[in-house]
Amino acid sequence: MTTKVGMEVSVAIGEVVKLASADVVSAYPITPQTHIVEHLAELVANGELDAEFIPVESEHSAMSACLGSAAVGARTFTATAGQGLELMHEVLYVASSMRLPIVMTVANRALSAPLSVWGDHSDAMAVRDTGWIQIFTENGQEVIDTVMCAFRIAEDHRVLLPVMVHLDGFHLSHMIEPMLLPEQGEVDQFLPPNQYPLPLDPNKPVTMGDFGPPNVYTEAKWAQEVNLRAAKKVILQHWSEFGDAFGRRYSPVECYRCEDARVLLLTMGSFSETAMAAIDKMRSEGEDVGLVRLRLWRPFPFDEIREAVKDAEVLIVLDRALSFGGPGGPVCSEIKSALYQVDRRPKIVSFVGGLGGRDITVDGFEEIVNRGIEISQKGSAQEFEIFGVRE
Amino acid sequence: MPKKEGDLTWKDIEIGGMATEPGSTRQYRTGDWRSQKPTYDFDKCIKCGICYIFCPDACISQDASGYFEADMYHCKGCGICAVECPTDVITMVDEEE
Repeated sequence: MTTKVGMEVSVAIGEVVKLASADVVSAYPITPQTHIVEHLAELVANGELDAEFIPVESEHSAMSACLGSAAVGARTFTATAGQGLELMHEVLYVASSMRLPIVMTVANRALSAPLSVWGDHSDAMAVRDTGWIQIFTENGQEVIDTVMCAFRIAEDHRVLLPVMVHLDGFHLSHMIEPMLLPEQGEVDQFLPPNQYPLPLDPNKPVTMGDFGPPNVYTEAKWAQEVNLRAAKKVILQHWSEFGDAFGRRYSPVECYRCEDARVLLLTMGSFSETAMAAIDKMRSEGEDVGLVRLRLWRPFPFDEIREAVKDAEVLIVLDRALSFGGPGGPVCSEIKSALYQVDRRPKIVSFVGGLGGRDITVDGFEEIVNRGIEISQKGSAQEFEIFGVRE
Repeated sequence: MPKKEGDLTWKDIEIGGMATEPGSTRQYRTGDWRSQKPTYDFDKCIKCGICYIFCPDACISQDASGYFEADMYHCKGCGICAVECPTDVITMVDEEE
């Protein structure tokens, strides 16, 4: 039987990693990820989780330890945030290129300077092209469900890729929420043991991460790209089977009150919950607006996005990160490129907001939608609007 | 013997580019990095093997008559052997186009 708990989301992540019987956790503490690894360290120290907890001196080392651990076939988990994710950066590419199934939660945090421990998506956007499967979550239940699915997806022999689960720092990581925590038996049934096909083994030696001269590097990279794109089908299958087992269904792109909506707002992460309240309010006032929530960030769900927005006239995209000197928000930039080849596409308006932990309220989202509609009609001299900045 | 890396298609690439056979670096033709190659005047050679000891690529071996010579498939043309040879057997010359 599933247990209903009221728990801090970070602590619940630790509980799910325990239920998943992780073999190795290696992490360096950083706000707002700290409670995740703190709880895991506690579980290991108390003998409740039979795992190696490898304390390290930096996030670069944390991810490096995870490479070794995944390479011997151990179920491997880590977590980080903000600056920590940036310090891991070069090792992230190695994890995906060597096809090592590691699960990592990122409690999304702004990047310095000025120093900010609060949430936005700057850290996630900076690791966009590292070849990891990346999923954004919007509430505690989604976080723990996604972490559980992440092990199954990562370790599937058709995938063998690391998975990053993004949850907004503080807005999600530090919330106490009601969640349904699965029982050990249910998790064991859903999550088969990790059996990495070619682990480091003295009886059958292999070389990982070896030299790739110009005559083979392109082939290696293309093999990696084909694999990541093909992973989408497997992700959908596991989400569907998760839905059958636990009754909660997830998709790469989720629509909220999009039917007959002339205007669509698109968000990622926990802000989607507030945005839904704004959509409810505007719908009750007779406005035909809806919300599209992007969950699967990599591999990018091109078909699902095109399908979700095909009938809209206006699409307003909110980014919680800034591509300095670039086209605006990184998410909007990708949405635009996904729709460029489509004959019938909405007018797209880019907003950047919610930076460094600043809230966007229901009224704020209403303002964004109204301003977005105005820009779609009158145009704007700017590539994007920054929301809520004091003039 | 696996395919040479220059013949691999992307479908042949092992998971994560792993090498599953030992000794696969033997296939890497590091010789084509070379801009100079060693040439030998074996009349001066005393068969001391100092070049063999100093070669950072371990690409020098002794032949049946006891002379030491670099294997051109792997020799990167660094010239250390030419500098270390006590009897000036080895002269580095530019590779032709």
